[in-house]
Amino acid sequence: MVHGAWFWLLGRIDLDSFAFVRAWREPSLDRLIAAGAAAMVVLGAIAAFAIITRMRKWRYLWENWFTSLDHKKIGILYIALSGVMLTRAVIEAVLMRMQQAVAVNQPGIVKPEHFGELFSTHGSIMIFFMAMPFLIGLINYVMPLQIGARDVAFPLLNSVSLWMTVGGAVLMMASLVIGKFSTGGWSGYPPYTEMAFNSGVGPDYWIWAVTLSSLGTMMTGINFAVTIYKSRAPGMHLFRMPLFCWTSLCVSILMIFAMPPLTVATALLALDRYLDFHFFTNDLGGNMMNYANLFWLFGHPEVYILILPAFGVYSEVISTFSSKRLYGYRSLVYATMAIAVLSFTVWLHHFFTMGQNADINAFFGVATMTIGIPTGVKVYDWILTMYRGRVRFTVPMLFSIAFIVTFVIGGMSGIMLAVPPLDYVVHNTLFLVAHFHNMLIPGLLYGMIAGYQFWFPKAFGFRLDERWGRIAFGCWVSGFYLAFMPLYVLGAMGMPRRMAGVFQSEYLPWLLVAAVGGFLVLAGLVALFVQLWVSIRRREEASVPVGDPWDARSLEWGIAAPPPEYNFAHIPDIETRDPFYAAKEHGTAYDPPRHYDDIEMPKNSKVGPLLGIAGAACAFGLVWYIWWLAAAAFVAIWGVVIARSFVRDIYKTIPAAEVAREHQRWLSQVAAARGIPRELETTPANQGLAEGAAA
Amino acid sequence: MSADEIKHAGLNLQHADPMTHEKAGAGIFGFWVFLMSDAVLFALLFATYGVMLRGTAGGPVPHEVYEMKSAFIETLILLASSFTFGLASLAMKYEHKQHQLQAWLGVTLLLGLLFIGWEFHDFASMAAKGEVPSRSGYLSAFFALVSTHLLHVTAGCIWAVVMIAKIRTFGLDARVKINVLRLGLFWHFLDIIWVGIFSVVYLQGLA
Repeated sequence: MVHGAWFWLLGRIDLDSFAFVRAWREPSLDRLIAAGAAAMVVLGAIAAFAIITRMRKWRYLWENWFTSLDHKKIGILYIALSGVMLTRAVIEAVLMRMQQAVAVNQPGIVKPEHFGELFSTHGSIMIFFMAMPFLIGLINYVMPLQIGARDVAFPLLNSVSLWMTVGGAVLMMASLVIGKFSTGGWSGYPPYTEMAFNSGVGPDYWIWAVTLSSLGTMMTGINFAVTIYKSRAPGMHLFRMPLFCWTSLCVSILMIFAMPPLTVATALLALDRYLDFHFFTNDLGGNMMNYANLFWLFGHPEVYILILPAFGVYSEVISTFSSKRLYGYRSLVYATMAIAVLSFTVWLHHFFTMGQNADINAFFGVATMTIGIPTGVKVYDWILTMYRGRVRFTVPMLFSIAFIVTFVIGGMSGIMLAVPPLDYVVHNTLFLVAHFHNMLIPGLLYGMIAGYQFWFPKAFGFRLDERWGRIAFGCWVSGFYLAFMPLYVLGAMGMPRRMAGVFQSEYLPWLLVAAVGGFLVLAGLVALFVQLWVSIRRREEASVPVGDPWDARSLEWGIAAPPPEYNFAHIPDIETRDPFYAAKEHGTAYDPPRHYDDIEMPKNSKVGPLLGIAGAACAFGLVWYIWWLAAAAFVAIWGVVIARSFVRDIYKTIPAAEVAREHQRWLSQVAAARGIPRELETTPANQGLAEGAAA
Repeated sequence: MSADEIKHAGLNLQHADPMTHEKAGAGIFGFWVFLMSDAVLFALLFATYGVMLRGTAGGPVPHEVYEMKSAFIETLILLASSFTFGLASLAMKYEHKQHQLQAWLGVTLLLGLLFIGWEFHDFASMAAKGEVPSRSGYLSAFFALVSTHLLHVTAGCIWAVVMIAKIRTFGLDARVKINVLRLGLFWHFLDIIWVGIFSVVYLQGLA
């Protein structure tokens, strides 16, 4: 009876669900590490809560950030979320490198099952809660500015997507404190993740966290695509868009088509687990190959969802810091499109070894190698953009150059893996792990860091510290090479991936080098945080209120930094590619508009945060079988949506007089600023006005 | 461009300003894109059904399971509901009396509920014969596909109720009209999916 009431109230939660209790009952190193991680989550949450309360910032945060529908603020929140999750996943990576370096012929610091949780959360977080929020945040911030729009097409949907993703991230964090995460890797292959082998909460945590984030991402894709098709400024033809917008468009299309397969895969797995369906079970007609196909039908386009935005960033950064027009703009656009299309034709190369015949493998092998062609086109275009340019080696540019070199190496190993017979040899070894980190660290993370450094002054009105940026660059790049080049060797030697320990002493030296690399990467991350701290403290001398610190080319640089809520006092008419650069050459970049109009902007809305909370609560209820919570939260979600549809007063008007006042104040800052030559752009003399820009 | 030139094909917003027309365009285009994404979801459920068709695990096989008469009646109900929704759209576009729109929406809603009821009845009689999703991979795939459609119809019915309430609250302003148009797209989309289910699942099951 007591048990029944308990289950009704709290589902399958019991004392042993808590990491602290488990460590208390059996204080082994493994469990203490788990409890330490849980403590970090709990203390971090308490500290954040206490600081915000003490500074009395709750109202400010709620009114200015959490309920805001401003695409710029939503973008910043996405990137902040990404930073938190990146920190956790990097720490996990270092722990795994340590484990493997220690556990040669002896037990390591964590038990195999805990190691399984580590690589599963590391992968899931890096893909769904670090990479996706980072790139979505960047596109959110930059793309509407670049096409001359005041906001995305569906501002409320944007907020809902953000808070769904946050809900999923909260679930990931909760799994550290209460319960255990899946040990099935980021791809969650059944039948291992089925009830027969894994009846705990782990796979359920994975399913619902990923589902929340994938729903959010699908809505984001719709939002971005419609924004680009429908909200461009007059004259901003598709072929006048900056390349970053092109890559954003391709990414949105990929999201629209590639997220449903993931939703289907996780939903069917959930049906298997919750309602005893038989999609992927070993018995009663289940077929796990269908999961592999569904998952990678999402998973491979996902790779390009991750990489294409970075390609866009590099195109902007390289052309800006080479003071040259982007070389081969059209070929870059076509290459991007080609990659987006081809990305749907190669998913099978993720399981060459899983039983299809040689002809099918050959087809997918050739298709895979084909992607190397448009990618090669891009690499040459970037190099030729730099050729005879006046290249300035700022932090974003350094990351871009490191990307080109490193990414080509990763591409080479990709071509090797695309050959099915060779893939049979190194399948499931560290060679593969080295390969995809070699693609995603330069092809995603460096690009995101470069974009963050590049657009930070636009978003906050001051530059990031150059010296700490270089230190971070040094750590990230050397750390990457030390951590992952040895994995190629180990993979070729035959070391399988995801091993909690090995018995081959000859692996040890390479594992030690890789561990050192892991620590350097961690140092790179710390350096980025130090850079942020130092830059905030010195923001006065690094401030660039005029808004164009890098003598850049596209529309977003022609407005104040930080930009006003409505972005443009007057929507510009576009006549060329690189419109802001052209305007600077004609001396018309800072001309006041002939007249100012009232501007209509969306009002704040609580709907996003409410849906995020309800979504996370529903997912938590499902994970723990707390049915009343899941049902109540589900009803709440739809209640909120229906209630919102009856709200009519959703716009506010910013009067023309206020727009004029704000704009003229900025124009007077422009007039007072001194244009600087490029040699001085990293000095306090840089106020965001380029030499010769103001006529 | 004048307001007339960019008027939306399916809508009659009358003398609204160009901004309203432009917003209507984005809102409806966005919904088309959503439907495309939803279509991918159904396509994969169809594909999964195809893959699982042979996974009967010694249990019931398609031609033993399906009640063709019932499926045919369901098809007729749903097709009729699409027709009545069409009449609702015409009533809205040509500015007939508001209650005419409401009446046709109401009829559509009733047909939708009838469809849901009929399908539940089907499921119940299947369950009575032991044809439940946990019996085999094939039945799992059948129930996943057909129930996903059923869930969509349910969502459409709830939406229709909300829609009628909105027409009563706000009359026919631009936002209500756009929303009716979107509900229409959704409803017809579900009809097309059902035609797919009837052909691929039920008719193929006869063989």
